[in-house]
Amino acid sequence: MTAFGQVAVAVARRNLLVTFKNPALILPAAIFPLVFLLAFAGGLSNLANVPGFSFPSGYTSFQFVFVFLQSAAFGGVFTGFAVAADYESGFARRLMLAAPNRTGLIMGYVLAGVGRFAFTASIVTIAGLAAGMQVDGGVVELGGLLVLAVLVNVVATLFGVGLCMRTQSMQSVPFLQIPVFLILFLAPVYVPLDLLDGWIKAVAPYNPATAFLETGRGFISGEPDHVLVAFAAAGAMVALLGFYALRGLRKAEAGG
Amino acid sequence: MSGSNGIVVSGLRREFRGGIKAVQGIDLEVAPGEIYGFLGPNGAGKSTTVLMLTTLLPPTGGSATVAGFDVAGQGAQVRRVIGAALQEAALDNYLTAHEHFELQAGLHGMARKQRRARAVELLERVGLTDAADRKIGGYSGGMRRRLDLALALVHRPRVLFLDEPTTGLDPQSRSALWEEVGRLAGDEGVTVFLTTQYLEEADVLADRVGIIDRGRIVAEGTPNALKAAIGQSSVEAVPADPRDRERLADVLSRFGEPASASPKGVAVRLGGGTEELVDVVRALDAAELSVAGLQVHEPSLDDVFLAKTGRSLEGAGDQPAAEERAAVPA
Amino acid sequence: MSTSVATQVGFIARRSVRRTFRQPAVLVPTIAFPLFLLAVNASGLDSATNLPGFPGDSYLDFAIVVTFMQGALFAATTAGTELATDIESGFLDRLQLTPLRAVAILVGQLAGAVTVALGGAAVYLAVGLIAGVTIVTGVGGALVLLGLATLIGVAFGSIGAFFAARTGSSQAVQGLFPLLFVTFFLSSINLPRELIEIDWFRTVAGANPVSYLVEGMRSLVITGWDAAALLRGFGVAVAVSIVGFAAAASSLRTRMART
Repeated sequence: MTAFGQVAVAVARRNLLVTFKNPALILPAAIFPLVFLLAFAGGLSNLANVPGFSFPSGYTSFQFVFVFLQSAAFGGVFTGFAVAADYESGFARRLMLAAPNRTGLIMGYVLAGVGRFAFTASIVTIAGLAAGMQVDGGVVELGGLLVLAVLVNVVATLFGVGLCMRTQSMQSVPFLQIPVFLILFLAPVYVPLDLLDGWIKAVAPYNPATAFLETGRGFISGEPDHVLVAFAAAGAMVALLGFYALRGLRKAEAGG
Repeated sequence: MSGSNGIVVSGLRREFRGGIKAVQGIDLEVAPGEIYGFLGPNGAGKSTTVLMLTTLLPPTGGSATVAGFDVAGQGAQVRRVIGAALQEAALDNYLTAHEHFELQAGLHGMARKQRRARAVELLERVGLTDAADRKIGGYSGGMRRRLDLALALVHRPRVLFLDEPTTGLDPQSRSALWEEVGRLAGDEGVTVFLTTQYLEEADVLADRVGIIDRGRIVAEGTPNALKAAIGQSSVEAVPADPRDRERLADVLSRFGEPASASPKGVAVRLGGGTEELVDVVRALDAAELSVAGLQVHEPSLDDVFLAKTGRSLEGAGDQPAAEERAAVPA
Repeated sequence: MSTSVATQVGFIARRSVRRTFRQPAVLVPTIAFPLFLLAVNASGLDSATNLPGFPGDSYLDFAIVVTFMQGALFAATTAGTELATDIESGFLDRLQLTPLRAVAILVGQLAGAVTVALGGAAVYLAVGLIAGVTIVTGVGGALVLLGLATLIGVAFGSIGAFFAARTGSSQAVQGLFPLLFVTFFLSSINLPRELIEIDWFRTVAGANPVSYLVEGMRSLVITGWDAAALLRGFGVAVAVSIVGFAAAASSLRTRMART
């Protein structure tokens, strides 16, 4: 394996081991999406009766896509926390010294983020199916949903890594959480775009999360929509934030 | 010796759940105005003893009085006359030194004006006047310990407990703290009960030392008496020419039993005390041996510890004392 | 030289408030987040008001009380974390060496946490009013609303303090957050109980005390003076406060084993 690959695998493995061995880290990651699924798909199911609401696969599937993408994003955010924690504990300094290929560090964190998401995604999917979620999309469409979610996960990880490599402090956690939350919720979370009201209606159409949500919901109902827009947006964000993370790494190298 | 400021401990014990015997029946007396050093490795039971004497932990057996008050039955009275700086100087990082005084002096019932005056006086005394309005978060370890000491004095206690007051401090901060503690006992007659794992600290500061190991006191006395009781001084010589090492050993052997020495040197215990040193030098001269170095080693408290427990004090502890406390409540 | 319990409470409460305000990285997000969620949900869930049977025609009016619940959650974690940190760091030992009473520590910490929560609630209410919330019971209702919100802060604060006194670990207190969070969501916090479609969810929400707290506050905003709803709301808040405080006091007394 190349130095890049070795570093990436080593960082990802350590990161996931730390996460899965610590209930304080892994339990919230598992519980929060489930609570959202329960609260939104269960508690708000009556919203499907709002005049004008039409989603062929039912409200549970409608909300499942949101929770699925949300847990993808937060899998990345949690990886950002881990980077900050590594810097606070001094472990990151050791990593920087030891790693023959430091760009591999970023790849390692990205893989760890995907690993975290794999865990929550499985739990959320099982919960969704248990709750009677209707899946109308075929294998290709569901694959599309998965790839889209992984891209969202990578975007969030790159943002988290880039930010935390700059701040190197857990104090920056809110600045990581809030923008991600903001983007996720300034989108048609509870009802489709055309039923939105108020200021969100003005913002949501320009929010990439709207494209991700609508495309994801299209996939699960077997009627894909805006696929190109969503994937182009996701790809552009990966490239942009990848650059941001790399610059963060260079800054961290220069600083210590 | 149970006078107004003294400490009398008799058969004091503390067992924790799970049968851990942290303190297994200790007896000791501290005279008013005396500095008593409680020396032992980590986990020996020092902190548990301090917690019991400061009424924070009820004993499971035996008795103790501090300034004439029973620690088990008269907790409130004991607390009124004692001050304590416990391990790890627990201070609030988000408060300033003055705010700490306000809180602690206020809870002791001092009036606002009095509080302020006392704070100014004590901060001056420990050299923190300039830092008094800064948050503790930015303090160095030495500053924290000094503030902790000043806080312990806020209500003019007659007995002061210091639990490892200099652990982790640099030599300069350490000697500054020693000086202050010495002054408190010497000038103000405050009785000081101090735990430490540093030999030097007990040696320099304490009038008397109790050595505790595995919950029991294994030796007690003035540092000099303790050292005199177990051992003699030793002398070590290093030959200028390494080939003379054996001849050197021959000459030295006339003065006492061999003792451990550095790889190049030879050492013996001086049976007749340090006065024999002159004779040693003469004998070396007579044998036409030139030496590169000659050193006298006084017995240390570590030798005392070694003699009493069969282990060396350094590294004898295997668990941090904090764990003793962690086992308290369920 | 001895101090009254009230004076002691004052000292501890002042310290708690000071500490909180000196940690803006904690304070700002906890005040801002509920407002953000309110803004998002008021707009994103506004179409829920089109459901037949939905009370009123503004989701903002409906959702404003959620911010008070989050304020209470904040009080719980603040009171709990502060106490647990004091236990962990040994600061409690420092306090124990003074003539401070256990109950004064508890009341002081709670008073501090609730003061901050009340400040938060006032901010939420002000922002809500500016954003167009109408409180049908008027100024009197708004004051009762703040009173109930404060009491709910005490209730959750004492749960946090109980956790802290019992475990002595700030990490365990942090673990309380997801637990309370789940409890919040399984209530009528997002939709009126009658409009929850799924049977088991409605049953759970009906058994969840949080529903009654929310409905009590909400009645003041939307329906007017509803004695039954207020009685249930205040009743639950008082009951939880009493049980939580008694449990916290007993645990703290056990922990403060001084003689």
